[in-house]
Formats: sequence, structure tokens, C-alpha cells
Amino acid sequence: MPLLLPFAELEVGKHLYWQLGNLKIHGQVFLSSWVVIGALLALVVVGTRKLERDPQGTQNLLEFLWDYIRDLSREQIGEKAYRDWMPFIGTLFLFIFVSNWGGALVPWKLIHLPSGELGAPTADINTTIALALLVSLAYFYAGLSRKGLRYFEYYVEPTPIMLPFKIVEDFTKPLSLSFRLFGNILADELVVAVLAFLVPLIVPLPAMFLGLFTSAIQALIFATLAAYYIGEAVHEEHH
Amino acid sequence: MDSITSAASVLAAGLAVGLGAIGPGIGQGTAAGGAVEGIARQPEAEGKIRGTLLLSLAFMEALTIYGLVVALVLLFANPFAG
Repeated sequence: MPLLLPFAELEVGKHLYWQLGNLKIHGQVFLSSWVVIGALLALVVVGTRKLERDPQGTQNLLEFLWDYIRDLSREQIGEKAYRDWMPFIGTLFLFIFVSNWGGALVPWKLIHLPSGELGAPTADINTTIALALLVSLAYFYAGLSRKGLRYFEYYVEPTPIMLPFKIVEDFTKPLSLSFRLFGNILADELVVAVLAFLVPLIVPLPAMFLGLFTSAIQALIFATLAAYYIGEAVHEEHH
Repeated sequence: MDSITSAASVLAAGLAVGLGAIGPGIGQGTAAGGAVEGIARQPEAEGKIRGTLLLSLAFMEALTIYGLVVALVLLFANPFAG
């Protein structure tokens, strides 16, 4: 049951389907995530083309981001292992951040699709579940590669009573990660759309700013939690 | 979708968001109150307190958002629509 609002023209549950073998994929998500990936790549290529000792402009911005991501991952993962995981955390953070803001700031409405509409890739549950499962794989890999089978000791620490809870946790981690991001981004879009439907002028603006703010925080939270889970997996217990 | 299913879905969607907002609302109030107290006692720690507060507020907000996701599923992707 697609929802159609006349002014805001928000289309929930309508997609631009591409047939890929037996699979139906949401084309509009692919298009907007390619735009996001392209923008990030362009930024990085432009920023690193002429490196200078005193960073200016784009290089300065990139170095600031690098510092930020390094501090984030070092704080959560720890001094020993953070270097291996910084690229992963940084990619997650930048992709989610640029997706969220791109979905809100780029006037996607100007591009007309036959069905569905372009928007933040993270407003589609498939994107966020894929990202969350990547985080799951990453922390299992991190734990297993650093500690080998001793990684599973973590499940029975401090007592074996914790075993069922720790197993359930492995399922709830990706679930809550993906739902949190998806729900927040979709909620922002819905709130703005409903307000724009009721009062098309000015009134939606504060909600839009709040949306920008929460979507930035959500990107930070996703990256922080991913780093925290990885840090938990590589953490050495001192007996 | 028959009318009873749709009526129950709409009602349940409203309840999912409404009831789900109570707990996090109380929690966010407590957290913000604690943060204000902390800033009043130690104004120089304001930056750090603000960062932690925002992060924890977002965690609490996620609980309401779960209710919202359930409501959205009931409204737009109802598995019982038949």
C-alpha cells in the first residue's frame, strides 16, 4: 500500500525495480549510492593529488577527517589493533554520513524516475542490513584472526551462564544496528514530508535541521558501535 | 486487506509509536537533567558532557525508532494483508 502525499510526494514502498536474474533489486538505492561513492572518491582524489606540507583546502579537510576517525577507532578498539580497522570504520562513517546528508541536501526531486524516488541510500532497510552484517563479519574476523579459537572463551566469560546471552547478542547486534539507522533516516524523511504536506513553507525547516543533526549523529553512532564491537572482540582479558 | 485487519493494523501502529515513546521519554529527561546538573557543578566539562549526552540520547531514541519501524511495517508492508 504505497503512500502518496500530493505536495511532498513521498513514496514509501515504491521502488524502481531492476531484474537481475531471479532477483528484483531496488534500482534507486543503487543509483543514489553510486552518486555517494562517486562524490567520496572525487573528494579523496582531489584532496590527495597535490600533497603539501601545510595542508590547505580539501587536504586540510581530509586530514581533519582522518584525525577524527583515528581518534574514534583508537578510543574504541585500543592502541594495539586500531590501525587494522581504521579504514573499515572510516569507510562506514563516511559512507553513512554522506548518504544521510546527501539524501537530505541534494535536490533529488529534479531527477524523475519512472517509479520510486531517489533519496538517502540508508533509508532503505537492505542497505543498512548489509552494512550491519558487514560489521558482524568484521568483528568475528577480528576476534578469530587475533585470538584464534580462544576467541570463543569470550562467550563463557566471566561465567558460562553468560553463554546464551552472548549468543543472542550476536543476533541482536546487527538487528539493532540496522534498525536504528534505517528507522532514524526514514523517520526524518517522513517527518519532513508530512510537515511539508501540511504546511509547504518555512514550517518544515526546523525539522529539516533536526534531521541533518540526527543523521550526522547516527553516522557517528554506527561507526562508534562498529568500532566498539570490534574492540570487544580483539580485547585481551587480563587474568 | 479486510477491514478488521486494517483497523487493527492502524490501531497497533499508533500504539507501537505512542507506547514506545513513554520509556525513552522518561529516560531522556533523566539523562538531560543529569547532564544539566553536571554542567552546573563543573561548567568546564561542558563539551565532554554534551558529547556523551548526545550519544546516549540517540541510543534512547533508537528504542522509539524500533516502535516506529514496527508501525511502518504494519502500515506499508503488512504481512497479514493477504
